[in-house]
Amino acid sequence: MIKESFFILKKDYKSELRNRYSFNSLLLFVIITITILLFSLGLEDISLDIHAGLFWIIVFFAATNGLSRTFVSEEERGTTLVLKLISESGTIFLGKLLFNLCLMVLLSLFVFILYLFFMNGFLIKNYFLFFVTIIFGSIGLSSASTIIAAIISKASNKGTLYPILSFPILLPLLIILIGLTKSSMIGKSIINELNQFLLIISYSGILITVSFLLFDFIWKD
Amino acid sequence: MIRLFGESVQKVFNGREVFNNISFDIHTPSCLGIIGKNGSGKSTLIKIIAGLLQVTKGKILYEIDGKILSPDKLFKRIGFLSPYLQLYDEFTGIENLIIFDEIRNQKKEKEFYLDLLKKVELYDRRNDLLRTYSSGMKQRLKIAFALSNEPDVLLFDEPTSNLDDSGIEIIHSIMKQHKERGILVIASNDKSDYYLFDEIINLNK
Repeated sequence: MIKESFFILKKDYKSELRNRYSFNSLLLFVIITITILLFSLGLEDISLDIHAGLFWIIVFFAATNGLSRTFVSEEERGTTLVLKLISESGTIFLGKLLFNLCLMVLLSLFVFILYLFFMNGFLIKNYFLFFVTIIFGSIGLSSASTIIAAIISKASNKGTLYPILSFPILLPLLIILIGLTKSSMIGKSIINELNQFLLIISYSGILITVSFLLFDFIWKD
Repeated sequence: MIRLFGESVQKVFNGREVFNNISFDIHTPSCLGIIGKNGSGKSTLIKIIAGLLQVTKGKILYEIDGKILSPDKLFKRIGFLSPYLQLYDEFTGIENLIIFDEIRNQKKEKEFYLDLLKKVELYDRRNDLLRTYSSGMKQRLKIAFALSNEPDVLLFDEPTSNLDDSGIEIIHSIMKQHKERGILVIASNDKSDYYLFDEIINLNK
């Protein structure tokens, strides 16, 4: 199943390179949001809490734009049928989850680079903690986003449904991530934050397990 | 030997009964025809046989040498063709076939795919993106897709749609050959397909 899901990841990557379904909208969203923030904040110094919050708000809404496309693009192109004919539902889910995870890591890093260059006062003191937060945050966000994307692909009102469904599910994760980002800006050690990472691991583990169990029902019929 | 059988199959869509009490029992080598007027449920039934839709009541099972085939493994054994099947427009003809077999974990040598494309007369256009294909060429590629995993069971819904005379000749030759060794299920209103049928499910009744 794992080998086959990597081929789904490869297919989606090639497809993304040629179609730019998610990537372009993600990049545009991030650039536009950071530009608006720059104009509105100017050279004003903002607190670490607000920096950390803004960083994850950008990532969350960019993810809303891009990650929800995973299944919607298949549904819109009518290619879900061919996927059903070549693979088990679990393999499809895992492949899409891996694709979303890669997209999330790239997106977070891209937001981080832009933020670092353009936002006044955004200084990371513990880079190790920050990057581990990005990796774990991406795992958490993609695990929730993938199953929500699968659910909304079957609905008629796809555009508004994603933020409605994802907000309550992602809120606890975002609060933890904002806290961890602030800790990395203060320069706290990762040892002090282990409990937070355990929480993210439990959150992602539960979501991925439940998603695997549910996905078959969403995917068929 | 493969056996395909259905018992008292019923399908209800949004409270409307599409068909009821459909039973059949076929085994290799043979051909099952599904006929019926538009909207009678031919495509629905063939999708149920392919495992793409669930039955409301009854059951459809595949048996290989006396053992029931798990529905999760069905995709490795069947080839499916229909006009509503969409392949990936952003990939070339040969890329589509290779990507599908990679995901199925059944990738073969490149020559296999080239031979398939020659068989459906798409060899010269193998490196063109699918979005540049005509509807008839897409149907030919779908035939190649249905055959690419060397299936025991071929499920064809309106197999001749969009095809020109030479395409129809190709698909008939494929169906005749497959009928001699495996199970062939055809949902069609085209009377020129009827000579292949060993058993018929008439959804007009």
